Amino acid sequence: MAATAESLRCKECGRTYPLKALFVCEFCFGPLEVAYDYEKIRRRATKERIAAGPASLWRYADFLPVNGKPAVDLQAGYTPLVSAPRLAAELGLKKLWVKNDTANPTHSFKDRVVTVALTRALEMGFGVVACASTGNLANSVAAHAAASGTEAFVFVPADLEIQKIIATAIYGINVVKVRGNYDDVNRLCTEITSDKNWAFVNVNVRPYYAEGSKTLAFETAEQLGWRAPDKVVVPVASGSLLTKIHKGFWELGEVGLIRRKQPVVCGAQAEGCGPVAAAFKEGLEHVRPVKPSTIAKSLAIGNPADGVFALEAARQTGGVIESVSEQEIVDGIRLLARTTGIFTETAGGVTTAVMAKLAAQGKIHPQDETVLYITGDGLKTLDAVAGTISTFEIDPVLSQFEEQVLQEHVEVINET
Amino acid sequence: MSVKVRIPSQLRQLTSNESVVEIDPGPVGGIIMELENMHPGIAERLLDNGEVRRFVNIYVDGDDIRFEDGLDTEVADGSEVSIVPAVAGG
Repeated sequence: MAATAESLRCKECGRTYPLKALFVCEFCFGPLEVAYDYEKIRRRATKERIAAGPASLWRYADFLPVNGKPAVDLQAGYTPLVSAPRLAAELGLKKLWVKNDTANPTHSFKDRVVTVALTRALEMGFGVVACASTGNLANSVAAHAAASGTEAFVFVPADLEIQKIIATAIYGINVVKVRGNYDDVNRLCTEITSDKNWAFVNVNVRPYYAEGSKTLAFETAEQLGWRAPDKVVVPVASGSLLTKIHKGFWELGEVGLIRRKQPVVCGAQAEGCGPVAAAFKEGLEHVRPVKPSTIAKSLAIGNPADGVFALEAARQTGGVIESVSEQEIVDGIRLLARTTGIFTETAGGVTTAVMAKLAAQGKIHPQDETVLYITGDGLKTLDAVAGTISTFEIDPVLSQFEEQVLQEHVEVINET
Repeated sequence: MSVKVRIPSQLRQLTSNESVVEIDPGPVGGIIMELENMHPGIAERLLDNGEVRRFVNIYVDGDDIRFEDGLDTEVADGSEVSIVPAVAGG
């Protein structure tokens, strides 16, 4: 038994619970988080052992809350950390990296949390997995359920992008479209959890699930040669991802794999759903829920469960949580694509645009080594940019190529 | 004349495992006090200094009371109140 996890602990009042399918403190309703024996991790998790592990996030199994081998491994994680000199130059920065998590099996970072959640759910004896999703999680739960032969129900807002619905239903699991926004879906799923003995990966299995996101910090540090960057820019929906990236860097310092250094953690939201950014700006300790209205549907959580913890992480490290307009999101997608070769979904447009904004405001300095977390693939949200692209169309005739393509091309080049 | 209050699993040991409790219509705050009379200990779990705890969400017919009048939100006859842990999703 490889387990290093010891208990679940309430982040609010500190009460501890056994490692079962519990997600809130029975006393104060605070969130439960996995607590580890870091001495044990320190003894086991050497750089050599990690390097000899699989080319997936399971190379960091010593830091994950499971007992044995992954129940299902589609090779999530260990995605490229790409140097982005052209994007850096455009923003007046020098050392910029993109963590390209579009390169996951179902093309978003959600594969990280799902492989951990499903493994833990099956260890705990569940026969059905389920989730409330804005789309990416649905894709991932469906794929992992299919690969492991597990019954699955995924609940999504009915108005979700068609690509995400198709890319979920294709795996032959149950897709329930709920007429409401994500917060409605989430409430319904939380109520179902009270009555059904199902593993809702982001409800009753959430403490285990969320730990999968730490691997984004672990990989970044390993890929940089075992050190932390100066700054990270992370999208914020529920706030869990940002909180866990923060925790991941802390853990590496705690077990001696990197020199203790906490990167400045910056969060990115859309103005159309920016409750955490609003709380940050107003200096509030709590997050006021909003009704989302944004093209960045994967970030459209109006009542973010970990909003207060994302606020804390940003403030504690000297970071910022900023928001951008719908136009800036589209511009962000285009900017990232034409300077890095990485096509992101709307969430990555938000993250790129926020980074550009922070660079322009001087909140990211040219010499800061910064990592931009791109968490989902652009093919998932084609509609967002469909109206912004241009192409040539000609008959298969040389003269048309010369007159309509080359001529125009020369004009474009001359203009710039 | 009653409203249905849906009790989450975390509080059911206080309600003898009942998942629905029926209470007279009135403001949400009054309904919580009535719940407390029927099942002592429940108010402390939902409220902190007279406010809804930050990790508790309360809905009336699916609408978050934070978007309505908070604890003063009126609950009409036949309506449903749901008490739901906030820490889910994402």
